[in-house]
Amino acid sequence: MRSLGARTLALVLLSVIAMVVDHRENHLDAVRRAIATAIYPLQVIVALPAEAFGWARESGISRSDLQRENNRLKAERLAIRAKLQQMAALESENARLRLMLQTTTRVGDRVRVAEIMAVDANPYRHDIVIDKGRRHGAYEGQAIIDATGVVGQIMHVGPFSSEAMLISDPDHALPVEVNRNGLRTIAVGTGEYDRLDLPFLPNNADIRPGDLLVTSGLGGAFPAGYPVGEVGEVTPNPAESFATIRARPATALNQVREVLLIWPGEPEPQADGSDDDSAAAADPASEAATGAETADE
Amino acid sequence: MSDAVAVERWPVWFCLLAALLLSIMPLPELAEPFRPDWVALTLIYWALAFPRVFGLLTAWLSGLLLDVAQGTLLGQHALALSVMIYFPLRFHLRLRVFPIWQLSATVMALLALYQFILFWINGTAGVATDLMDYWGSVITGALLWPPLMLFFNGVRQQMTATR
Repeated sequence: MRSLGARTLALVLLSVIAMVVDHRENHLDAVRRAIATAIYPLQVIVALPAEAFGWARESGISRSDLQRENNRLKAERLAIRAKLQQMAALESENARLRLMLQTTTRVGDRVRVAEIMAVDANPYRHDIVIDKGRRHGAYEGQAIIDATGVVGQIMHVGPFSSEAMLISDPDHALPVEVNRNGLRTIAVGTGEYDRLDLPFLPNNADIRPGDLLVTSGLGGAFPAGYPVGEVGEVTPNPAESFATIRARPATALNQVREVLLIWPGEPEPQADGSDDDSAAAADPASEAATGAETADE
Repeated sequence: MSDAVAVERWPVWFCLLAALLLSIMPLPELAEPFRPDWVALTLIYWALAFPRVFGLLTAWLSGLLLDVAQGTLLGQHALALSVMIYFPLRFHLRLRVFPIWQLSATVMALLALYQFILFWINGTAGVATDLMDYWGSVITGALLWPPLMLFFNGVRQQMTATR
C-alpha cells in the first residue's frame, strides 16, 4: 500500500473540485441527476413501509368511521362550494377592477399533488425529496405549497423526483407582505420548523402579532397571495435599527406528507382564466410581456 | 485471507446498499440526530477485513451516493469518507488485533473525524450548523459497532464458506 496516501489525496482533491463546482454553479447537475436516477429505486423502497402502514390503516377503517368521514366531507364540500360561488363573482370583479387599473389579472394557478418521499437527515438543512420530477414538468425554483400555505421551493430536479428546500431552512429567504396593509419584507428560515424571522423591518414598522403574511410575488419564484404564516412576537430593539420579529409558518412543515406544485399563470385546464401573475404587477417587464393578453380580457 | 483477491464482492455491495437504505430512511424528528452513520460503519468493517478489495474508491463512490441521496454538496460525504477510511486502510494490521472495546473506541474516533469533516465543509459552504448536533450519531455509531461487527463476521464467514 505504498500509494495509499497519494490516492487518498487525489480523491480528496477530486471531491474538493466537485464541491467547489457544485457550490458555485450548476455544471454538475447532469451528474447529480444521473446518480439520482440510479438511487431512485432505493428511495421508493425506503418510502414503502410508511405507505404500507398508511394503506393498512386506511383499509382497516371501520364502516361507521367511513360513513362519518363521508358525511363530514360532504358538509365540508357544500360549504366550500358555497364559498366558491362567491369566489367566481369576486374573481370577475377583481379582473374588472384590475383591468381598470391597467394591471395584470390574477387567476388560479395550475397545481399538481406530489408526495414527500424523504426528508434530509441533517438537522440544519430542511430539505425534502418529492416524487415529481422533470417527467411531470417540475422545474428548478418552482414553488411548493400545501392546503394551508407555502411549503418551499424546488432546488434540484431529477427525472422522477426532485429535491426541495423548505421555507424554514436557514438558507431560505422569501419575499412576503403583510396582508393587512401590504407592508413588504423578507421572511428568513431559522432551522426550526415552527419559526421564521423577519429581520429587515424597522422598529416603527406597522406590524402586529396576529398579522397574516402572504407571498408578495416579488422575486418571481413564488406567485403572489399565498399564505406564509402569522406574525408571532414583535420586539422593538431601540438600540438597533431593526426590530426582532418572529412568525409562525402557516403550514406544519414537519408534518406535511402531500404537497402541491404550482405552475403560476398556467390555469387549470377547465378554468377560463387567462394569464400570468408570477412576477409582481408592478414589474414593468412582466407587464409588458403579458399586456397583450390582458387587453382582450 | 485478507489479501485474497478473489473475494466474493456482492455480499459487501449488498451490505453497503442496506446501509444506504438505512441512512435515507425517514425517522421521527427526535431520533434524527442519533441516526448512526451506517455507511461509514460498514465501510470501516470491510476496509479492515479486505483492505485490498474495498478501499478508497468504494468509500468515495458510496460518499457520492450519500451526497445525492441526502442533497448535500456533491463531494462532501465523498471527501469525509475517503479521509476517514484512510486510517483503517493504513493501520488495518494493527487494528485487527485490537480487543473489541478498543476497536469501538477507535471507531468512535473515526466517526468523530468523519462528522468533523462534514461539519467543517458545512461551515465553509455557509450552511449554519452547531457542532453539538454532530455528537449523537458518533455515540450511537460507537455503541452499535460490537453487534454490527458480529453480524458482519457472520457474513464474512458465509462468504469464505461458499468460496
